[in-house]
Amino acid sequence: MNRLPIQYAPAFDPNSSENLKINEALMTDWLVAFLQDEIVRRRKMTKAVVGVSGGVDSALVAFLLARALGAENVYGIRMPYRSSSQDSLDHASLVVQATGINIQTIEITGAADGYLNLASDADGRRRGNVMARTRMIILFDQSQKLGCIPVGTGNKTERLFGYFTWHADDSPPVNPLGDLYKTQVWALSRYIGVPSVIVDKPASADLIVGQTDETDFGITYEKADRILYYLLKGFSESRLTEMGFPAAEVKLVKRRLDTTHWKRHLPTVAMLSNTSINDYYLRPVDY
Amino acid sequence: MKYEVAVAQIKPQKGDTVYNLERIGEIFAQLATDSPETNVLVLPETVLSGYFLEGGVRDVARSAEELFADLLSIYRQNVKRLDAALDICLGFYELFEGKYYNSALYATLTASDDFLAPSIAHVHRKFFLPTYGVFDEKRFVSRGRTIEAFPTRFGRVAILICEDVWHSISATLAALKGAMVVYVLSASPGREFSGRHIGNIAQWNVLLPGVAEEHNVWVVYAGLVGFEGGKGFTGSSQVVDPWGNSLIQASMSDEAIIRATIDMDDVAIARANSPLLADLEATLGDITLQLQQIAQSPHQK
Repeated sequence: MNRLPIQYAPAFDPNSSENLKINEALMTDWLVAFLQDEIVRRRKMTKAVVGVSGGVDSALVAFLLARALGAENVYGIRMPYRSSSQDSLDHASLVVQATGINIQTIEITGAADGYLNLASDADGRRRGNVMARTRMIILFDQSQKLGCIPVGTGNKTERLFGYFTWHADDSPPVNPLGDLYKTQVWALSRYIGVPSVIVDKPASADLIVGQTDETDFGITYEKADRILYYLLKGFSESRLTEMGFPAAEVKLVKRRLDTTHWKRHLPTVAMLSNTSINDYYLRPVDY
Repeated sequence: MKYEVAVAQIKPQKGDTVYNLERIGEIFAQLATDSPETNVLVLPETVLSGYFLEGGVRDVARSAEELFADLLSIYRQNVKRLDAALDICLGFYELFEGKYYNSALYATLTASDDFLAPSIAHVHRKFFLPTYGVFDEKRFVSRGRTIEAFPTRFGRVAILICEDVWHSISATLAALKGAMVVYVLSASPGREFSGRHIGNIAQWNVLLPGVAEEHNVWVVYAGLVGFEGGKGFTGSSQVVDPWGNSLIQASMSDEAIIRATIDMDDVAIARANSPLLADLEATLGDITLQLQQIAQSPHQK
């Protein structure tokens, strides 16, 4: 028998991040155009404020804003609490040096403690929420002072995990990173020139000393993003397990996703009429 | 026969039809001075209002006749040479016989009735309405019922709008009805940034030459640009010859006008070498029988 060669398609590799790869140059141009259109063309504004935490998300947004509006029109604001790490402040300074944006430091300790001193029973989660909401008060007030808008920095992974303070981190009206998984934020940040010390350090909300995102989640961003990618495509938990993803990790990611839908929506309003806003009366955000 | 086509990809102001008509007037004026030989101007889908309007469709929708009257008035304000004429093909939300549509108008505008009577040649109503993911058209507009080819001063043409082209049957119907040029208007939001081109541009770069090459027709594509609520349209307007070669392509994000010469004789030359359309015509009887069988038994046994 004359045997023909049989060529097999490669098996699926659950440890590959191939599907999360991005064309960084193309995406950078697109996000710069997005910021210019949303801020300048639509809102007729020329400036923006962004909270610069020293982390990679806000660093990337500062770089994108500097390209979109010119560094002189971007106002970075450092908002440390007394327990914030010195590294965070130093890394925020690195972003300012690398981009040339304006910088201002407004410490939130007095404002946050003004309330927290009255709430001695507040645990870490409540204290973190108060800090995040205090920062948004400042960011929106500074934007009012400067006649511009605050720009958000939340990425897709933390949005899908509900890993943010509702109506705080997620509240700025324009956000270039919200559809980028964290691992894609890292890739784009490396491409655009965010200092490697910022990209490579463990991601942390810096609300509690020594805290990291991945410890809070119980899974690395790399693994979580691969699972989220397929869950959002519509693959079931059992399908993912069949594909070789560890069942416990799939379950953990799916649970976080399923329990945080509410955080990605506006408040639930009791519908009473057939002209209910956003149910019947439908107009897009830019109409 | 040859004619000159211009495609203008612009960023409309959301919901502001008055402003957007003025922008089109500026394009009339620019072409009259910079490129007066232009015979046909093509503009993208929903260029009069922007695309994502939701319930705002009912605020901006108008009849083709009203739009034609406004275009003619603006043309005559901006173009003073009395022997000037321009065919225009553009997308708009239409109010027609009590329903809203995502439509495209093809009309001839003239600077003077004495030189040439202005007229509406055709209105195409979008046949395939995307209603999935980011799209929600069926909720806000009705579906067009036909795909037609129609005569113009420069030959027989057809119009397709965006998803119409993603179904190969649409261009097939247009070609079978005699179209030698297919005008494709779109508002295509960019998504998927992993490859050399944005994902939907990569797909258009397959679809448009595919239509041209299969039926040996010219394809003139006008893509909207600009962001609407975070969703950015990918422009990339282009002109594709009947062999499937893209002769010119605009950028994915900037406003621009592209220009090309359409030589209708190329259609016959291309078809003589690759008679796919003739082969299709010869088998229409069998195909029709098969389609009727499928339509009559929607659930396969």
